[in-house]
Amino acid sequence: MSVSEKIVADFVANGIEFVTTVPCKQLGGVIDAVEKEPKIYHIPSNKEDEGMGLCAGAFMGGKRPAIIMQNTAIGVTVNTLVTLTQFYRMPLPMLISYRGELKEPVACQVEMAVHTKALLNQLNIPTYHFHKPGDEQELDAILKYTFMCNKPVAILTDATFWGGY
Amino acid sequence: MIRSEIIRDIAPILRDQLVVCNIGLPSQELHLIDDQASTFYMLGTMGLSSSIGLGVALAQDQTVISIDGDGSVLTNFGTLPTIANNVADNFILLIIDNGSYGSTGDQPTYAGKKTSLTAVARACGCENVIECQAEETSSVLQGAINSKKMTVIVAKCESGNIKVPVITKDPVVIRDRFMTEVIRRNA
Repeated sequence: MSVSEKIVADFVANGIEFVTTVPCKQLGGVIDAVEKEPKIYHIPSNKEDEGMGLCAGAFMGGKRPAIIMQNTAIGVTVNTLVTLTQFYRMPLPMLISYRGELKEPVACQVEMAVHTKALLNQLNIPTYHFHKPGDEQELDAILKYTFMCNKPVAILTDATFWGGY
Repeated sequence: MIRSEIIRDIAPILRDQLVVCNIGLPSQELHLIDDQASTFYMLGTMGLSSSIGLGVALAQDQTVISIDGDGSVLTNFGTLPTIANNVADNFILLIIDNGSYGSTGDQPTYAGKKTSLTAVARACGCENVIECQAEETSSVLQGAINSKKMTVIVAKCESGNIKVPVITKDPVVIRDRFMTEVIRRNA
């Protein structure tokens, strides 16, 4: 089973049935695996705040949601995270590609990478960082934690974790 | 007619449906006119009424009406292609189009100038798009519910506001009672 398939299997095992995605090259394999999984409704969104709105709705409609996005999205979604997801106390696992870390070829990505953890910390969002192959073993526990505490939770996955860009 | 008069007109229809209501005056007006546990009031996050409503509609079977404004749809334009490509026949997007940002002092929107949200929704691929005058809203809305087809309604009305108090209910209470209604109505 590939890492991407393992991640999606953990989603399914934790009752996640509604996943929205905004693409990133690094997450292409997971997005493909989400699309192929019949137990998950995959709804691509055009912007990450829109995706968080969809997830909030799905949660209230009775389905566990998740969002897959790039770390640049943290810059886009601060208002939505605090006034919707956190204010109404809703769970939201956020599987995030941590662009701009080691092995990054695009300089501009570093500009957001240096703010990513600081912003998540400022927002009091529990944050986990998958850096080495095997770190995905913790995903199951992170998902259980997210739906236990009804909070948005960030899972940063960098290029080293994915085996290079 | 202004927005609050449309909301007063359609309130008896809304009672029997799940409703996601836009931030600011629309939520405050609906809350004042006919507060229902089946309404999710947005206290923040401009633009996401349609996204939240579509999410609820895709997750369960009851009809969901998102009450939105022209300014809010302009803020989250990406929502229209998402709606068009993820058809939920239990979803109705009601855009009350008064051509202005009502909650912030009636500044004009582009929808009140050259931009037609009806044409944009159709261009995005939405299949059932109905533009109506304010007075027709309740009959068009009832027709959309009866049709059991995903519908976007653009109700054209005049700009203007009434004085309404802010909503002081706790957001978690709003969310919890809405979710309880979702479960009850799907039982």
